[in-house]
Amino acid sequence: MSKPKGFEKPTGVRDYLPHAVAKLRKIENDVLHCMSRWGYRQIMTPTLEYYDTVGVASSTSDQKLYKLLNNRGQALVLRSEMTAPVARVVSSLLKDEPLPLRLSYHANVFRAIEAEAGREAEFFQTGVELVGDDSPEADAEVVALAISSLQAAGVKSFKIAMGHVGFLNGLFQEALPGLPEAQEDLKSHLLSRDYVSFRESIRRLNLSDAQKNELNGLLRLRGGKEICGQALELSDHPLARVSIEHLCKVWEVLVSYGVSQHVMIDLTMIGDFSYYTGMTFEGYASELGFPVCSGGRYDNLLQQFGRPIPSTGFSLKTNRILDGVTGAIEAEELPILIQYDIPRRKEGLQEAMRLRLEGHSVITRLATGPEDLKMVKRLTTDTIEAEGERYGEIYTFVSFVSEHG
Amino acid sequence: MAQILKVAMPKGRIYNKAAELFRLAGLPIPPDGEASRKLVISLPEAGMEFILAKPVDVPTYVEYGVADIGIVGKDVLLEEDRDVYELLDLGIARCRMSIIGLPNWQPGIQQRVATKYPNVASRYFREQGQQVEVIKLNGSIELAPLIGLADRIVDMVETGQTLRDNGLVEMKSIFEITSRLVANRVSYRMKNKEIQLLCDRLQAVIVEPGLSIGGSNR
Repeated sequence: MSKPKGFEKPTGVRDYLPHAVAKLRKIENDVLHCMSRWGYRQIMTPTLEYYDTVGVASSTSDQKLYKLLNNRGQALVLRSEMTAPVARVVSSLLKDEPLPLRLSYHANVFRAIEAEAGREAEFFQTGVELVGDDSPEADAEVVALAISSLQAAGVKSFKIAMGHVGFLNGLFQEALPGLPEAQEDLKSHLLSRDYVSFRESIRRLNLSDAQKNELNGLLRLRGGKEICGQALELSDHPLARVSIEHLCKVWEVLVSYGVSQHVMIDLTMIGDFSYYTGMTFEGYASELGFPVCSGGRYDNLLQQFGRPIPSTGFSLKTNRILDGVTGAIEAEELPILIQYDIPRRKEGLQEAMRLRLEGHSVITRLATGPEDLKMVKRLTTDTIEAEGERYGEIYTFVSFVSEHG
Repeated sequence: MAQILKVAMPKGRIYNKAAELFRLAGLPIPPDGEASRKLVISLPEAGMEFILAKPVDVPTYVEYGVADIGIVGKDVLLEEDRDVYELLDLGIARCRMSIIGLPNWQPGIQQRVATKYPNVASRYFREQGQQVEVIKLNGSIELAPLIGLADRIVDMVETGQTLRDNGLVEMKSIFEITSRLVANRVSYRMKNKEIQLLCDRLQAVIVEPGLSIGGSNR
């Protein structure tokens, strides 16, 4: 490896210049405000966590975790997502708080190896966790909040796809009893979105044609609430039925929220995180090639931190939304320029402090003589140009000319 | 109103077979598409826009969502490992990925394998517990064993004529290859109706669904 050039930075991380930061902060504030209006309180957790606790629980695949050693030789990770850290806090510092808990976060998270765009090494997630409520109301609340958050972020055209891990588990257990490997095989094909291999695996299984058709039909179970009815016909397995009934109820709550038009049911969905145990969902925006949010129910994760309680949540990929939302941001107020010379410095700086207290943005500069004053050109009533820079107003405090330059 | 589907089409060997399949499925695709040297072909009657890409780049266009769907060989999908939906085995452009060598091949101390598919080859030999050095080449792979760069190659075999002409033998077929219909993760949801309709129409005219991975062992 050659030594990096002075301006280089590691692969997969990025700088945000002022105009991008303004836009990103706006999205982030709008989304966090939206979440707080739903009663979610924001928490912050450290960037570093132990590998053996949060690192393992996070279920990010091991090779995608950023691992490092501290000065005592303990293995640490840069957090790869926020659900596991929040679960740790809920099981420790917040363990005596009454349930349900509604928590939100905005944080940078890290993934190793991934180098290309849409696969950054560091990116931003804004999300919520609803802890201690296993009802369909809770699942519907996070889906509805995800929709509100996407709208708050300025995403105009989007869709949410929703599935249930329990349905697939039940269906496969029923179709392939005592064959856990074959069940896992089918699930892994759905997880890798490889429908060709899924059909091929079914073709090779020792099942009746009717059963094979039923399993293949799974790939078409996509749409509105009618899908729940069709799914109930597919399986008598108690787990599958309970799962579908749960999903039906979530749908009904979403109808009451008035947001079901944004949602489709897709029973082939398996959340990308292995800790999901129930309903899972993903959000897609038409401007972007990659999903913008994902979430679901994870009833066993908190157990790993010693507090077995059911939870559900989601996170938005905030910087992907930044790449996709093209709407113009409101023009920022131009700063005021105050020029002064040494004799009138106190006057100039005091005026600057007064204007800043009023909420204006003020830049000050020492002019060494008349020739050092900026050449000024008024463009509009509230825009003045001085040597290429734009200001809202320019005040001049010098002893050699009068006050307004 | 139906939305236009952006389709990443592979230039070369597969293009005509894929276009023919679309025509069989009842889509009005003009016969001279690829010959025009245009890179983007608008096909409003078919509700599509073709993006003509180098085959190996098709999954990349689809993963990034600049194309909604694409047609690409399983060989490329296995080599590139992109996050896309693999919806259909089109059963066209059938061939196989094979290990090829000179007729008198004997395992040497340091075995070298030349290939256009380093990921596929490394994975295969690793899974077989074989220790080989994989060398990436970009074309004329058959040269490697003839002039002593590598003792074996991993490459796609369709008829085997090139191999025979060069005095090489196919030692083992690793997997069967056919072309696949792939879709972007977001497009698959946002344009689900259009993509599902196309899938159904194609499925009705696919003659020979592919045998898929590990086909040679059965």
